[in-house]
Amino acid sequence: MPEPARRPATAPVAELRGVFKEFSGRSGRLVALEGIDLRIEPKEFAAVLGPSGCGKSTLLNMVAGFDRPTRGEVLFRGQPVSRPDPRRSVVFQEAALFPWFNVLDNITFGPKTCGVAAADYGPRVEALLEQVGLRGFERHYPAELSGGMKQRVGIARVLVMEPELLLMDEPFGSLDAQTRSVMQELLLSVWERHHQAVLFITHDVEEALLLADTVCVMTARPGRIKKRLSVDLPRPRPLEATTSPRFNELKREVLGLIREESLRAASDEPR
Amino acid sequence: MGGRRIPWFLILPVLLLGVWHLAVEQRWVTEGIIPAPAQVLESWRRWIFGAPTKSLSPYSGTWVANVLYSGRRVLEGFALAALVAIPLGIFVGWNRLVARLVDPSIQLLRPVPITAWLPFAIAVFGIYDASALFLIGLGSFYPIVVNTSHGVRDTNLLLLRAARMLGAGERTVLLKVVLPSALPSIFTGLRLGVGVAWTAVIVAEMIAVKSGLGYVLWDAYYVGRMDICVATMFSVGLLGFVSDQIILRASQVVLRWRTLERHA
Repeated sequence: MPEPARRPATAPVAELRGVFKEFSGRSGRLVALEGIDLRIEPKEFAAVLGPSGCGKSTLLNMVAGFDRPTRGEVLFRGQPVSRPDPRRSVVFQEAALFPWFNVLDNITFGPKTCGVAAADYGPRVEALLEQVGLRGFERHYPAELSGGMKQRVGIARVLVMEPELLLMDEPFGSLDAQTRSVMQELLLSVWERHHQAVLFITHDVEEALLLADTVCVMTARPGRIKKRLSVDLPRPRPLEATTSPRFNELKREVLGLIREESLRAASDEPR
Repeated sequence: MGGRRIPWFLILPVLLLGVWHLAVEQRWVTEGIIPAPAQVLESWRRWIFGAPTKSLSPYSGTWVANVLYSGRRVLEGFALAALVAIPLGIFVGWNRLVARLVDPSIQLLRPVPITAWLPFAIAVFGIYDASALFLIGLGSFYPIVVNTSHGVRDTNLLLLRAARMLGAGERTVLLKVVLPSALPSIFTGLRLGVGVAWTAVIVAEMIAVKSGLGYVLWDAYYVGRMDICVATMFSVGLLGFVSDQIILRASQVVLRWRTLERHA
């Protein structure tokens, strides 16, 4: 546990301190998140792994500035998060592209909106089109793209903003298995190049271990961080990393934690 | 597959014309009240292409002028309505305070039929174009404002978040996200609105002004020219259809991204 007194020289990019989130629903108050403490260091790829309904997307929404905690603090660069900001940009599960803009206009939406000069973002856009494999699709509309291609646009339009923290909310969750591993590889290659801090939400154990430096395993409702693991696999990681003995060891550990959790949840279930 | 070559859309109209023709020829209807299709066509032709004479045939050659009268009123009233209703609809759909302020009044006034406003319009604006414009504008205002505000309210939350996290302020969100997202609904409102505009122009011209197709319709009825009445009905139907098609084509050009979505 990091002591506030012995803070490391590098300040965290984002920090959650004692965060609680409650929703008032039809059946009274629902505690979505309980006592979340989380730090994301510069250049860290942090994954949050948990079952559906554990509040992991709520956690990301609070860092993004879409939602506020009921109690506790969400800090970005030491400042409380109050609204969305391009320095903390989000890749959503549904790519959430603007259907009335073509690929190029979707990617340049951010820089244009923020008043960046075309001479400034132009070369960045060109490089990104190449990196994410969208060359030749600039004039296509989102409706003409497959799920994987849409998500490439979703990633490119965020990276063009050169965010300090990349927030990814199960970005490959709705893709088929093959496309998903292609996209994971793509994300790794892009991340090796830019090395920004990432908060990656997923329910896929292998995905979390393949991509992340640290994995926070969450409990079912109310969502708490059960354990934080360091993934000490060497980088760059090819997809074959998922077959290494160390990977399997880590996977066994995570699966054990999840199993423990689901057994506890099942015994707590009143019905 | 083979069905493509048969002009299906013609079957019902031809059938109806046949029944109409027979009904007149076989005297199923009282003689001299309902004109035969051929007679209507001939009257219509003379109404359009005939030389204008004042004495024997007062309608001869006056069709274009009357279409222009009515068409101009529809265009002006409709444009006025769209100009007010689209921005207002956007604010009602976007801002909860504006909605609470304006929406109840709109919903309360909306059920009042355009025909019920007629005496009021004449009393306030007199027997002038202003009366017609008021009725047309009011009639087409409701469907446009209601559909616009619905479209705005239906904007995908994820797209709003996407725009905001990319740095968009309120103005950019409204212009680049909310407006395009509401456009399909806005066009639906415009199509419904132009339909109401043609209804309103006929009603207004029948009573509140002394020119246009509605005036001709009422006048022809009074002097027993049912052939002209029927020709007027066809004319209005045709104009309504054409104006709807214009809006439809415009929407297909503007909403190209959406037609792609449907084919995907």
